[in-house]
Amino acid sequence: MVHGFFFITGKRLFNSIFVMALSLFLSRAGAGQTPTADSLISRVKAKLDKVNDYEAKGKMRTNVIFIKAPIANVKVFYKKPNKLRINNEGGISFIPKGSVNINLGNIFINTKGFDIIDLGKENGTNLRIIKLLPKDENADMVLSTLYIDETQALIKKARTTTKENGTYELEMTYGKYVDFGLADKVIFSFNTRDYKLPKGITFDYDDGSKKAEIPDTLKNRKGKVEISYSGYTINKGVPDSVFQ
Amino acid sequence: MWKLLKIELFKIFKRPRTYIAFGAIAAIVFLIQVALRFDGKAYIDLLLNNLKDSFELSDEFKMRILNGYLICFLILNTLLIQMPLLVALISGDAIAGEANMGTLRLSMTKPVSRTQYMLIKFTASVVYTLALLLWMAALALFGSMLIFGTNDMVVLRSGGIEEMKSFDVLWRYFAAFGYAAVALTTVSALAFLLSVFAENSIGPIIATMSIVIVFTILSEMNIPIYDQTIKPYLFTTHMVAWKGFFYVKADAEGTTINGSIENLPAVMRSMGILVLYTIGFLSTAIWVFRRKDILS
Repeated sequence: MVHGFFFITGKRLFNSIFVMALSLFLSRAGAGQTPTADSLISRVKAKLDKVNDYEAKGKMRTNVIFIKAPIANVKVFYKKPNKLRINNEGGISFIPKGSVNINLGNIFINTKGFDIIDLGKENGTNLRIIKLLPKDENADMVLSTLYIDETQALIKKARTTTKENGTYELEMTYGKYVDFGLADKVIFSFNTRDYKLPKGITFDYDDGSKKAEIPDTLKNRKGKVEISYSGYTINKGVPDSVFQ
Repeated sequence: MWKLLKIELFKIFKRPRTYIAFGAIAAIVFLIQVALRFDGKAYIDLLLNNLKDSFELSDEFKMRILNGYLICFLILNTLLIQMPLLVALISGDAIAGEANMGTLRLSMTKPVSRTQYMLIKFTASVVYTLALLLWMAALALFGSMLIFGTNDMVVLRSGGIEEMKSFDVLWRYFAAFGYAAVALTTVSALAFLLSVFAENSIGPIIATMSIVIVFTILSEMNIPIYDQTIKPYLFTTHMVAWKGFFYVKADAEGTTINGSIENLPAVMRSMGILVLYTIGFLSTAIWVFRRKDILS
């Protein structure tokens, strides 16, 4: 009888402890849950998908080792799925190839989807690093590495390697248009080759000053284009003629 | 002096051959403009060939580059090598032509010193040079602006590209034309000096042209030993310094600084050297002429 009493009491105690431990585990897991890479990518994509088209005004600064260029007033036009045009309204700007990729939605244009590799968080910035490998072998994009702010579902940095236009990098700073995943400032880095023309064509003036020899490592270094947007007009329609 | 100068100018501008130079310049400028109007894109393709992998070079972009400012720059690049010939046509004839016609001895019978005579002859040649330059400026700059329109200016150098805003260009052209006036005056002084030694104007004209061509080739050669020894002392090296007005300064990030000149002291030094050459040629011409035994 005594034995039976202890047996019943011990079983109830065990059940109670198990239920408490399970509740505690589940509650803790819910509070600090890390989204899967798939769900994070879906959230980012959903944000970008809100934008069908836009027209943005901004100032563009070109930083390429062999080009001296003034800051340009530009208009950037975008239309789904992958039309993008940068127009210098009142002048001339050297627009790098692959600049269409300053629109982040372009990263996700791949009908056959991606293999997603989650590399965890970057030390220091706490940004989630996710690599996208397109399943489509014919896709121009070979690999894209995204640095994502998990809480806001925003791509802060992206490094993409393409077949046609080499590797380019994007760095975004967000502000007013964060809800649409549109940056206030974009820095687009791209590969450039050295520029050289024969002196017999240009008849340059040699002022006699010693020019510092540009090392080979710098000759083929990255060029940068920095666009600071002053405002976007979103989803108001952009005619196709703009992109021709 | 003024009366004598007017007589000299009258003599220069009365001769039909004076206007050959004006006609030649009009023809060359017009032909370059027509050629670039129809085939300019191919020319820009050639110049930007090694950028095509890195930048979007659409036809519209090329047409924007090919605006009146760039066309004028290309014309000056071509013409300022040929203009010395046209300048020498008059300056080389200044004394030698008189000797050839047998009027030099007669001129010396007038109550004018030989120095005065030479200065007036040279001033008249310079006036002609400036008139020719103004004519070229009007056709090349304003003509091209009219035909091709204006936009930002892109200058293509052997090792880089300079870009400046359209509002920052016109003053550079005025400065460049001012500089070209000094450069052509130097050529005029050289032809004038050679003219003193000849009795026929063909000699000084051809000699001037030959010197300019040979020196220009030497100036453009990239041989290390020349760069520090001969090149800095050739006046032709400094004749192209007008381009210095189109080389701009940039900040650390490669952004053009409006209104800046990359190396103004070097341009001014080059101009100083040309002025010294001009003074040297003219002084020598006067010195030789004062001691010359005039027989014709």
